[in-house]
Amino acid sequence: MRKKVIFRGAALPYLLLLPQMAVTLVFFFWPAGMAVWQSAQREDAFGLSTEFVWFENFTDLFHDPIYLNAAWNTVIFSTSVAALALGAALFLAVQADKQIRGAGLYKTLLIWPYAVAPALAAVLWLFIFHPSIGLVGRAFAAIGITWDFRVNGGQAMTMVIIAAAWKQVSYNFIFFLAGLQSIPASVLEAAAIDGARPMRRFWTVVFPLLSPTAFFLLVVNLVYAFFDTFGVIHALTRGGPGNATETLIYKVYVDGVQNLNFGSSAAQSVVLMIIVIGLTAIQFRYIERRVHY
Amino acid sequence: MSATIDVEALAAASRRRRMRERVLTHLSLILGVAIFALPIWITLIGSTHDTDTIGRGDVPLLPGGEAWNNYAHAWSQGGGGRNTFAVPASTMLWNSFIMAMLIAVGKIAISLLSAFAVVFFAFPLRMVFFWMIFITLMLPVEVRIIPTFQVMTSLSLIDTMTGLTLPLIASATATLLFRQFFLTIPDEYVEAAKIDGAGPLRFFKDVVLPLSATNIAALFVILFIYGWNQYLWPLLMVTDRDLETIIVGLTKMIGIGDTQNEWNLIMTTAVFALLPPVAVVVLMQRWFIKGLTETEK
Repeated sequence: MRKKVIFRGAALPYLLLLPQMAVTLVFFFWPAGMAVWQSAQREDAFGLSTEFVWFENFTDLFHDPIYLNAAWNTVIFSTSVAALALGAALFLAVQADKQIRGAGLYKTLLIWPYAVAPALAAVLWLFIFHPSIGLVGRAFAAIGITWDFRVNGGQAMTMVIIAAAWKQVSYNFIFFLAGLQSIPASVLEAAAIDGARPMRRFWTVVFPLLSPTAFFLLVVNLVYAFFDTFGVIHALTRGGPGNATETLIYKVYVDGVQNLNFGSSAAQSVVLMIIVIGLTAIQFRYIERRVHY
Repeated sequence: MSATIDVEALAAASRRRRMRERVLTHLSLILGVAIFALPIWITLIGSTHDTDTIGRGDVPLLPGGEAWNNYAHAWSQGGGGRNTFAVPASTMLWNSFIMAMLIAVGKIAISLLSAFAVVFFAFPLRMVFFWMIFITLMLPVEVRIIPTFQVMTSLSLIDTMTGLTLPLIASATATLLFRQFFLTIPDEYVEAAKIDGAGPLRFFKDVVLPLSATNIAALFVILFIYGWNQYLWPLLMVTDRDLETIIVGLTKMIGIGDTQNEWNLIMTTAVFALLPPVAVVVLMQRWFIKGLTETEK
């Protein structure tokens, strides 16, 4: 798609594109290329020589139990975060969509957590779940539950999921509410006249009309859980205890920054890139389809 | 006679049912709001007590009297973790503010220019450039951390505000949004500008920019929050604590294990870190929702 009437200019368009292209080339294409290049190389233990090893870093990766554990953690973490954040948001959006007094106020009070950084969300929940100073942490101790996310891997995972999902609910809420408000009232009235009860009306009329929004949000939530939650994990558990909350993105950081294993870290980056490309492609295919409705 | 009674009874039952539904709706929403607000409430309360009260584990539910001391102390001196020396919250807030502003303004500026070039000009390789920008959508910084860090080292941009912001200002989403919007500007405007003898830059300044004002405002809210909330990148790029941003600085205040944390100062700093982006969202709610639903779709 393009305009019929345009300006003439030989150098000007390139000049206008220059800043964007400079940043893109230096900070996106160069590092991405480097990641691909390094993923096929291996440094010896002293960093004295590098050797070209083709796909060995990748095959090592897929045989590494710690990496597979991180992949599994990522699956558990992302699906839980997406399910929790989408479910809660849909429920709240349906409530806020009803004709009630104070709907605007509720809306404001439900959207502000969007502004909270993932790492900050983690710190806020730490104040609640901390075993010795937290409200919930101490309540658990009082009723006899041994609660310490610094020792118990399952509890650590639960905590990072709650902190990560909590922050994402507002985002989903905004989109679900917009989706609900765009459903024509006449459709709902027709269903009501036909005698459908509210629950049935929701599942047979509202939900199908909302499914494009839900699908879009599912992809966005997965991307969020994969990549934007580094801060939650770093601030709360550092991937621990053991490797219980180490996700793929966290492992790239650990191997690259702490273990200085550049070949493996680069190979992991390439795997993540492929995942993002896949998710983005799905997202755009779907948007394309929706435009044709 | 009996018919009227039935009607009244039915109407009353229906009223009761609607009443019950309304109460349930309010209760669910209040519960949702409470769950959202609980961590903030605890943090706010914590920031008004002294270290010992919180450290003892007597979780206070009502404000204490140490608010002024805590906020003044965190603002001017900061709280130290066990391994790090303290950075005043005022310094960290300033760094975060500059970082967020540079990222938001930078992204908007370069995206406006490149979208303008792609939409209003015809030139060789136009679509190649467009796709190059588009592809960056698939390379979030988290995915290419280590190589990008190595590039920054070779450009000696570590520990500089330039290094902190420049790699984050390329944005496919902003360019795509402006491109989408520019395509809706009627061709007649361009023709009229040409007839009046206005060049492309004049057209950009006098027509395109004013028309884009709403979009710029909406995008600014989203990008300011995006910039403010950066975590991984500042964590890697900044070792100089004068350049510490508030989100990273806050998490560095928390010791691992059972170190004695200055919880009251940590909570106070958390409030500082929270306030600016939340204020932006609440005060600019209309722009915020517009920006969110239009950039992402």
